[in-house]
Amino acid sequence: MQILYDVIVVGAGHAGCEAAHAAARMGQRTLLLTIDLDKLAHMSCNPSIGGPAKGHLVREIDALGGLIARVTDRTAIQLRVLNESKGPAVQSLRAQCDKRLYAQVMKETLERVPKLDIRQAMVERIVPLRDRSGGEGLGLPAEAAFAVVTHTGWIYGAKALVLTTGTFLRGRAITGQAAWGAGRAGEAPAVALGEDLAALGFPLVRLKTGTPPRVHAGSIDFRHTEAQHGSPTPVYFGHYYPELEDPPAPAYSGAPAAVYPQPTLTGWRPQLPCYLVHTTPTFHDLIRANLDRAPLFSGVIEGVGPRYCPSIEDKIVRFADKERHGLFLEPEGWHTYEVYVQGCNTSLPEDVQWAMLRSIPALRQAELMRIGYAIEYDAVATGEVGADLQARRLPGLFLAGQINGTTGYEEAAAQGLMAGINAARYVAGAPAVILRRDQAYIGVLIDDLVTKEIREPYRMFTSRAEHRLLLRGDNADLRLTPLAGELGLVDAARAAAVERRREAAMALRAALEGRKLYPSVTLNAALTEVGVERLSQPMSAADLLARPAVRYAQVREVLELPDAPGHVVELVEVECKYGGYIARQQREVERLRKMESRRIPPDLDYDDLPGLRNEARQVFKRFRPATLGQAARLAGINPADVAIVLFALERREVARSTDARA
Amino acid sequence: MFTSGTVTINDAHLPPARSAGCLPPVGEAGRAVETSEHPAHDSQLAVYEDTIAAIATPPGEGGIGIVRLSGADARAIVIRIFRPLRPGPLRPFRLRYGHVVDPATGAVIDEVLVAFMRAPHSFTREDVVEISCHGGPQPLQTTLGLALAAGARLARPGEFTLRAFLNGRIDLSQAEATLDVIRARTAAGLALAQAQLGGWLAREVRSVRAALLECLAYVTVVVDFPEDEVEPQDLGPSLRAGLATVERLLAGADQGIIYRQGARVAIVGRPNVGKSSLLNALLRADRAIVTPIPGTTRDTLEETASLEGIPVTLVDTAGIHESADPVEQLGIERARAALESADLALLVLDAAQPLTPGDEQIARLTLEKPTILVWNKSDARSEEAGAPEAPLPHPRLLGSVATSARTGAGIEALARAVAAALLGGVPPAAAEARLVSNPRHRDALRRADEHLRAALAGWEAAHPTDLIGGDLTAALNALGEITGETVGDDLLDVIFSRFCIGK
Repeated sequence: MQILYDVIVVGAGHAGCEAAHAAARMGQRTLLLTIDLDKLAHMSCNPSIGGPAKGHLVREIDALGGLIARVTDRTAIQLRVLNESKGPAVQSLRAQCDKRLYAQVMKETLERVPKLDIRQAMVERIVPLRDRSGGEGLGLPAEAAFAVVTHTGWIYGAKALVLTTGTFLRGRAITGQAAWGAGRAGEAPAVALGEDLAALGFPLVRLKTGTPPRVHAGSIDFRHTEAQHGSPTPVYFGHYYPELEDPPAPAYSGAPAAVYPQPTLTGWRPQLPCYLVHTTPTFHDLIRANLDRAPLFSGVIEGVGPRYCPSIEDKIVRFADKERHGLFLEPEGWHTYEVYVQGCNTSLPEDVQWAMLRSIPALRQAELMRIGYAIEYDAVATGEVGADLQARRLPGLFLAGQINGTTGYEEAAAQGLMAGINAARYVAGAPAVILRRDQAYIGVLIDDLVTKEIREPYRMFTSRAEHRLLLRGDNADLRLTPLAGELGLVDAARAAAVERRREAAMALRAALEGRKLYPSVTLNAALTEVGVERLSQPMSAADLLARPAVRYAQVREVLELPDAPGHVVELVEVECKYGGYIARQQREVERLRKMESRRIPPDLDYDDLPGLRNEARQVFKRFRPATLGQAARLAGINPADVAIVLFALERREVARSTDARA
Repeated sequence: MFTSGTVTINDAHLPPARSAGCLPPVGEAGRAVETSEHPAHDSQLAVYEDTIAAIATPPGEGGIGIVRLSGADARAIVIRIFRPLRPGPLRPFRLRYGHVVDPATGAVIDEVLVAFMRAPHSFTREDVVEISCHGGPQPLQTTLGLALAAGARLARPGEFTLRAFLNGRIDLSQAEATLDVIRARTAAGLALAQAQLGGWLAREVRSVRAALLECLAYVTVVVDFPEDEVEPQDLGPSLRAGLATVERLLAGADQGIIYRQGARVAIVGRPNVGKSSLLNALLRADRAIVTPIPGTTRDTLEETASLEGIPVTLVDTAGIHESADPVEQLGIERARAALESADLALLVLDAAQPLTPGDEQIARLTLEKPTILVWNKSDARSEEAGAPEAPLPHPRLLGSVATSARTGAGIEALARAVAAALLGGVPPAAAEARLVSNPRHRDALRRADEHLRAALAGWEAAHPTDLIGGDLTAALNALGEITGETVGDDLLDVIFSRFCIGK
C-alpha cells in the first residue's frame, strides 16, 4: 500500500474534490482524505449551484476540466436561466440539485480517476518535515515534506498538501442557547488541526455562516405556494461538443416524490419546481419578541457573518419597514421529502423556528426535519496565501475554500481546482499557474483574496469583475480550455473541439460582415414577415444582428445565411451585439497589461527599498503582491510606492544581466 | 475577439502580449461606444500605452511654454488641433510654424512652433510632439485642454520620466533621482487634494457620487440577486440630476481656470492715444490689489490688476524708451511682441481725432487676437461727429467701449468687457460662486460627463442593465479621481444597507 503521495488533499468538500481530481489528472499520485465518504462534495447548505458570477465560476471550472459542472448537469432536478435580458456578461444558470445524488455521482466519478485514492479518515495532525530526515523517524521516505496523521494514528507522507477544512476548523454550531462543536450538523469538528495551524503561526479569524431549517414536504400545503419552473429548453453548465459527446442524461430516474405538485415530466428533462411563499406579520412579531434569545444579538456568536446572506432575524431587524420577505421551498432531491427553506437562515431557538414557520399559510402544519443553525469556524487571515494559494509561511502547503475566507460551493471548487493544479506543479517543479483578473472570474476571486482584507465571508459577484464583458459564460472554453489542454486537464480531442468552435465562430462572423444587405422592397417585406424592422439603409448582416431584438435564427433563412450550431451562433450574436463594449474593455485590459504581467519575486525584501513609505512597506509585507498590478490595487498604496518597487525590480534585473555577462 | 482572451500556461504564469486575431468591433452598438473610451483605472500608476500630455515648462510667465505629448497617438492628436502655415505632413525633427486651432469652433488659440520627434528618437522613446506656445498660462492651458479633448490623457507627475525609464531611455540612477521629485510632487498634490477634500468641490462631487452609487447599487442588485424581490426604480431622475451637477461644475471650470491662472491683455495703439493713462485708469479701477511687476522686456510695462476678480496682466506697449526712429516711434514691433503672448488685445483709438494710417497699421496686427476697441478721449469728441468707425473690419472683434482715461468715464465698462471677453462670453460668476480651477479636475469631470450621458442614454433606451452599470462605474471612478475614492467596498455597503437581499 501507498504511504508516500505526491499530493494529499485533506477534506473532500467542493474544494477538496476538485483539487484531488486536478492533481491526479496532472499525473501526481494523489490521496483524498475525508471524514465521510458518503458526503463527498456535500451540499451542507442550499441544494443549488450557480447563479450570477457563481455560475460563471462553474463554467470556467468546467472549461479547465473540473467536475462541478458535469456533476451538476447529471444531478440537477431543475435548471434555470437568470438575467436573460440584463446583458451578455451577467446571464447565468442556476441548478437545483438532488443533494444525496450529487455526493454519490461525485464519489462514483472520483473512484474512477487513475492515480487517485479516496479514503475515509479524520486528519488529526499535519506535521511539516522541514528537516527532511525528520520523516524517517515516522517511517516516511526522505521525499516527504509533510506527515499527515489520522485519528487512528496512521501516518501518510506528502510532497505537497492541500488543506480544505471548510467549516470544520474549530467549528461550533449554535441554535438558541445551545452551542456544540461541529464541522457540519452532526459531524465532529477538527479541533486538533486548528490548533496545529495556530501553532504553525497562522493567524486565524473567526467567521460565521448559517443555514435554514428543513421541512417535511408532506407537511406543506402547496396550495398556498407559487411554483417556479425550470427552463423549458435544454441548458447545461458543462461544455459538450456535439462531435465528442452528448450532454449527460439525468442520474435520477423514475417518478419524483409524488408530494410535489406541478412537476415537469415531459420536455428535455424531467424537472421539479421550487415553491415561493412569504413571511407574515405574525412571523415578524415572533422574531421581534424573541430577539433576546437570538444568539446573533445576545453576543453568543462572535464570528462575522456575510451581509449578502443574512439570517432572517437580521433581515427583520435591519429592514423593519419591509412587510414581508420571500422564502423559496426547494426540494433537496428527486425522491426525498426534505425541503430546504431558502431565505430563512436562522439560529433562533428551536421553538421559535417552529412557531415562525407555522405562521406561514403553506406551513401551518410544517414538520421540521432539521433545525436551522449558525456555525462559526476558523479561517486563515488575509495575506497568508499567495496568488498560487500556497501558504507563504509553509511552502508546499496549499489552502482552498472556506479556510481562505470564502463562502459558497462554487468559490470553493474554483480555489480547489487552482490549488490542485498548483500543488501538482509544485511537486513537478513547474512554476505556478495564476489566472489574471481579465482572464477569468477565478482570477478575480483569487486576486481579491490576496489583495483585499477579508472582513466577512467572501462571495463572488459579477460586479467584482471589472472586465466581465470579456469573462462571459459563453466564451469560458475559448478562454481557458487551451490552458487545460496544456496542463493535461482535458484531452486533445476536447482542446481540438474548442478550436473548431473558435474557428467556426470567426468564419461565421466574417461571413456576416461580408454579407451586404440593401433595403429593397422584397427584402424588407421578407424581414417584416419574420418580425424584423425594415432596413432604411444598406448594412451588413452583422450590423443587422447588432440590433437588440434580432436573433440569428430569426433571419437565417430570409437572408440565406449558413446553418451553424447553436454554440457557435451564441458567440457570434454576442460579438455582433456588444462588440463595441467588448472592444472597449479589451483595450482597457491591454493598457493594464504591462502592470499585470510584471511579476514581483516573492523574496523581494521591502525593508531594503530606500524611500518606501513606512505605511506602504507594511502593506506590501503583509500582502506580498505577486505582480505590480496587484501591488497597485492594494488599499493604501499610491503610484509612487509602486514606482519604487518597479525600480527595485529593474535594479535586480540589471544586476542579474551583469552577473550573467561576468 | 474569439482568440484574444485565450489563456495558456505561459500566459497565465507570466502573460505576454497576446491579442492576435482580435476581430474589430462591429455593429451599431459598437460604433456608438467607440467615441467614449476612457481609462477605467486612471488612478493607478500609468504604465499604459495611451498618449499623455502635459505642460512641460515650469509655471510662470516665461517667454515660451511647451505642451508635450508622448505616445502612439501624439502626432495624430496634434494634427487635429494644429493648422500649419503651409500645408504638409508633420515630419520628424522639423519645426513647423502655424496655429493651434480649436477644432470645434475654428478659433485660433495661439501662434506656435511644433516639433515632432519620432520613436525611438525621443525623450520617452515614444512618439513625442512638443508644441511651443507663446507663454502665459492662458494659451498653454487652452492648448493642453484641446490636446486632452482630442484624445490625450493628462500625464501624472513624473510620468514622462517613468516612460523614458521603462522604455530604456534613461538609466536607473537617473530614474531614481527623478523619483524624489515625483514623490515630492505627489505629496504636494496629495496635500493639496486633501485640503480640497474638506472643501466645497469635494462636497459637491461626493453628493453626486453618493446619488450615483445608489443607482449603481440598484443596477448591481438587480443583476447579482435576480431572484430577490427588488422594487423597480426609475434611475432617470437621479442620473439627470447628477449630470446637471457635473455639467454645472464643468461650465464653471473654464472660468475657474481663468480666475486662477489669469490672463494677459495687450494695450496697443499708435502713440498719444492715451494707452498709459488708460492703463493707469484700469489699475485705479482695481480696488483690490495692485502689484507692479517690472516689464519683462525693456520696451513694455506690465502691471497686474484684478478686473472683476480675474488677475489680468496689462501690457502697455507705450514702452519706457521712446525711440527717435519714426518707424520705431509708431511702436509696431513693440505691439507685435506684446500681442504674441496676449490672450486679448485692447486696440486704443483716439475718439477726438480722425483715424490715421498709423491706427490702421496697428489694427492690422490685432486681426488674429480677440480684440476690444477702446475709443479713448471720448469726452473730447464733439457731439456732431457721430459714432466713430472702426479702422478696418475685424474678424475677432468682441465689442467696443468709449472711455475717458482723464474723467474715468467708461473705465468700469471696459473692465467688465475685458472680463466678459476672457470668460468666453459667459456672464461672470457671482462673487460667492465657486469654480473648478484645476485642469485635472476638469479632465475628470469631462470624463464623468461623457459616461453619465452614455448611462442616461442607455437607461432611456432600455439597454441591458449591466451595460448601464459599466458606464455608471466609469463615471463614479472619474469623479472618484477628484475625491480619491474608487468604486469598491463602498458599493457593497450601499447595497447591503439599502436592499434586503440574500438567501
